[in-house]
Amino acid sequence: MIVDIKDLRKTYKGGFEALKGVTLVIKEGEILALLGPNGAGKTTLISTICGITNPSAGSVSVGGHDVVKDYRAARSMIGLVPQEINLEPFNKVIDVVTYSRGLFGKKANPAKIEEILRQLSLWDKKDSRVMELSGGMKRRVLIAKALSHEPRILFLDEPTAGVDVELRKDMWDVVAALKEQGVTIILTTHYIEEAEAIADRVGVINGGELLLVEEKAALMQRLGQKTLQVDLQAPVDSVPESLSAYNLEIAEGGNALRYHYDTSGESTGITRLLGEISAAGLQLKDIQTEQSSLEDIFVGLVKEGAA
Amino acid sequence: MNFTAVWAIYYSEMVRFFRTIAQSFISPVISTSLYFVVFGAAIGSRIDQVEGVSYGAFIVPGLIMLSVMTQALSNASFGIYFPKFIGTIYELLSAPVSFLEIVLGFVGAAATKALFIGVVILVTASMFVDVPVTHPWAMVLFLVLTCVSFSLFGFIIGVWAGNFEQLQLIPLLVVTPLVFLGGSFYSIAMLPPIWQKITLFNPVVYLISGFRWSFFGTADVPVGLSLLAIFGFTALCMGIIWWIFKTGWRIRA
Repeated sequence: MIVDIKDLRKTYKGGFEALKGVTLVIKEGEILALLGPNGAGKTTLISTICGITNPSAGSVSVGGHDVVKDYRAARSMIGLVPQEINLEPFNKVIDVVTYSRGLFGKKANPAKIEEILRQLSLWDKKDSRVMELSGGMKRRVLIAKALSHEPRILFLDEPTAGVDVELRKDMWDVVAALKEQGVTIILTTHYIEEAEAIADRVGVINGGELLLVEEKAALMQRLGQKTLQVDLQAPVDSVPESLSAYNLEIAEGGNALRYHYDTSGESTGITRLLGEISAAGLQLKDIQTEQSSLEDIFVGLVKEGAA
Repeated sequence: MNFTAVWAIYYSEMVRFFRTIAQSFISPVISTSLYFVVFGAAIGSRIDQVEGVSYGAFIVPGLIMLSVMTQALSNASFGIYFPKFIGTIYELLSAPVSFLEIVLGFVGAAATKALFIGVVILVTASMFVDVPVTHPWAMVLFLVLTCVSFSLFGFIIGVWAGNFEQLQLIPLLVVTPLVFLGGSFYSIAMLPPIWQKITLFNPVVYLISGFRWSFFGTADVPVGLSLLAIFGFTALCMGIIWWIFKTGWRIRA
């Protein structure tokens, strides 16, 4: 456990409740994706952990250090990549990155800065002024700044919002490389595919509440569940005795049978089932399959939260 | 104390200054020369002496004070306002730095720039007139304290300002008039009696008077009072900044 968030609440001046009691434990070395729509509280959560906003209630500790009382020790461990491209436009790339290292109290280390800039393909641009860079390059500079002081935890707030596909893939590679180095990474996103691609765990946040935190693998298993619906020519009252092994459900007032199966299993049993349905004397009208996606789970959770 | 961070802020602010070193250097030289042409040569030729000092020399301390105060104000207010404006303030807030360290970095840099400009003006002025410095240590003390206190004041304005207009508002509407009416170019003794009383409510009078005393040994108000004023003003600004950071006013939500 590297970050421990207990019943964190944040009410802004004017009464807006951005966080309504978030409790979350972040494990060392993991990649946690916080998924949620705009205005869900993702940025407020990150801002409160990093010291940009003060919590109204509850507590956050980073590496065992309270982020308010022991802010120096806590913040020293954290690198933050903000959502907006906030950079000093007139300064050189190498200067803004070196500045960040100094600000975090670390001794100058040009070799380390070079390593970071090279890793992010920024070394060629080190003497360029920030304003001369493309949007994607600027985002890399933000990451370089966050990494300049060798943090153990990296927060990425919507790192790939408005970024082209190629750069997004690059960003994921950088994240994977950092994980190799043992850095704990928390990223917010509203792209489900991003969470799927790189996260170890996924948290869903909406309306200032954490609705779910789950291992991605477990979520993916739910994703693997498919449902086969067989529409019948004539309705049935009950599942025929011969089909009892399939654990079928009667749907649509007896006009359909539903079968749940796992695509990741060795055999889905569909062929056998269809054969046995016709052997039982039932006439098929149509068949359809549906898959529960992370998107469905997500949308379902968000709707529940809103209701 | 995170001195590395103080240095990082200070250095980065000074880089901005040195990037525009030509302007930073040339503009005070030109404006000082212009003041000398207008006040020294054109008007000054009709004024014999003020308190036993030639008018040209008499206005030097006021000129330095005028520039130092406005420069300290604008540098410090811009220094902290700019990160707020472009959003880079996030980094200061999420860094392991105390507010004292942030203030030291920004105010230190702004005060250094103002001090530099003050010295440039003094040197430029010495080329036009003979400027005696009777109490050099007192002169340095007044100069440095003015640089620091007005940089602190500028820092407050920068934190308070919500846009560029507000950033200009206080320097333009309050400070410039107070400095001009604070005896930069005249001795209080030259005013009608009633204005001699009213002008004592202007805090800048004490600063300019004390600073002028360090040059010529004569003052409009007692030097002790001037020292008290400058220390009082510095303490007041520090108190306000302490409060700003304690409450997070306009900085941390």
